[in-house]
Amino acid sequence: MIRLEKKGRNPFIVYGEEKSIEEQLRRNILLTTVDAMLKWSRRNSLWPLPLGLACCAIEMMGAFFARYDMARFGFEVFRFSPRQADLMIVAGTVTRKMAPIVKRLYDQMSEPKWVIAMGACAMAGGPYNSYAVVQGVDNLIPVDVYVPGCPPRPESLIYGIMKLREKIKQEREAKIL
Amino acid sequence: MKREFEKDTGVKTDIIELNMGPQHPSTHGVMRIILELDGEVIVKATPVIGYLHRGTEKIAENRAYYQVVPYTDRLDYLSPMSNELGYVMAVEKLLGVEVPLRAQYIRVILAELARIASHLVWLGSNANDIGAVTVFLYAFREREKIYDLLEAISGQRMNNAFLKIGGLAGDLPEGWIDGVRKFIKEFPEKLKDPDGLLTKNRIWRERTEGIGIIPRDLAIDLSLTGPPLRASGVERDLRKDTPYLVYDELEFDIPVETAGDVYARYLVRMEEMRQSVRIIEQAIEKLPGGPVLIDDYKIVPPPKDKVYRDIPELIHHFKLISEGFHPPEGEVYFAVEAPKGELGYYIVSDGSNKPYRLRIRPPSFVNLQALEYILPGHLIADAVAIIGSLDPVFGEVDR
Repeated sequence: MIRLEKKGRNPFIVYGEEKSIEEQLRRNILLTTVDAMLKWSRRNSLWPLPLGLACCAIEMMGAFFARYDMARFGFEVFRFSPRQADLMIVAGTVTRKMAPIVKRLYDQMSEPKWVIAMGACAMAGGPYNSYAVVQGVDNLIPVDVYVPGCPPRPESLIYGIMKLREKIKQEREAKIL
Repeated sequence: MKREFEKDTGVKTDIIELNMGPQHPSTHGVMRIILELDGEVIVKATPVIGYLHRGTEKIAENRAYYQVVPYTDRLDYLSPMSNELGYVMAVEKLLGVEVPLRAQYIRVILAELARIASHLVWLGSNANDIGAVTVFLYAFREREKIYDLLEAISGQRMNNAFLKIGGLAGDLPEGWIDGVRKFIKEFPEKLKDPDGLLTKNRIWRERTEGIGIIPRDLAIDLSLTGPPLRASGVERDLRKDTPYLVYDELEFDIPVETAGDVYARYLVRMEEMRQSVRIIEQAIEKLPGGPVLIDDYKIVPPPKDKVYRDIPELIHHFKLISEGFHPPEGEVYFAVEAPKGELGYYIVSDGSNKPYRLRIRPPSFVNLQALEYILPGHLIADAVAIIGSLDPVFGEVDR
């Protein structure tokens, strides 16, 4: 739990006459658990790795741009390098040829990491029940949130990420490696 | 470069291999290029494709004709309507039917809207790759308006599956034409934003002029189509050369440039968007009334009220939904001018309710082979501009 003095003045500045040492400590120290602190900071700045594979990538871009503007929620920092990202958005069909690369990208991400399967193809193969398509990215990597649709609307993706935030909030203990 | 350096310094250097993609923001999907580099200059480029091969053609062999339409949407997912158009018109050619005039005009409007939508993504992503991020925001602002229009008729923003074999899935909703009219009235004005940012921008021109030149002969030899061909000085556009739908009744120009570089392809596509606006304007003016579906109940399902009342219509409906129709035996090839170039469908029918073979001729796949020829001699940074200017979409390249 984070306790912030909300009434009016900035808790980090001592105004006017000098306060007693207890008073100053009360105003300058936040008491919380490491878990809560980590979870709070993690869920408010998710950096996605946009793994745009097919049609869903276009809607993912749509969610990023002006009309839907994911930046409002603090996860607009798209990182194309897996090393800098903590959320992988698998948007599109994962084919057998692409599967090892998806797995490798996931492995290259540093912990803690989460995965969103965006669209029917990433969830379960979608309409492509063929020799070339992996029937769901959860055959390769663990998935936290599934966003259905073909392709899902940008609102759906944003809702999915909000659900992921709830999930991170409810984790019993924050993952620390 | 390598030789000079070795001569000057006496230090032996080597060619290095750099793997670009398949997960790379500027490969427009999942392409991989193996670049052999001498310093920063590309000596050899080998594109590797197939990372989005979904087996569309094989799947189509196990689906009734009308069930293939949604799969065609997902080929070139920047302009689903053009893909559907090519497929449904190929099947209609096989069946020997002609759709009502109103449906033809609406198809023209939708195909041109798809062209604008596709070119907008190209404009945004190509500019973004070179470093002009703002243009992407302008492009998507306009694209969202097209999404709204498509959503109003089909209920989905992308992958609409709105065209049917024999016409359209429904008539236009009330007020839709006014929406299109408003869009095309505003669009040329709005296009001036990216135009003003790029066309005379010195950085943009330095980065694009003289880069990735495809000579006219090479373009013909590689059988390129669409904007890359027209930017190399060949005036070929299926809408003019083999008119389909009602394109021969509409006035429009084919923009042609002769330089063949990235800048020329940019100019061609920008002008094509303006010409599409012209086409839509005329199509709206000439839009006739009448039905949007043929009334052959062997091919299109009868209207619902008839299905509920009459036994023959009910049987037709049941047969169509459970089995589909049986076109005559034969082969057919039909191509439309998709935003990326000539999109052709070759269908072999053995008289059953499923295509015996469906072969798709994707324009991006054919255009992409130019990379191998034009990349050598350029810097790595130019490779990004060149890939963007060819506008490949991998749903279509790999099928």
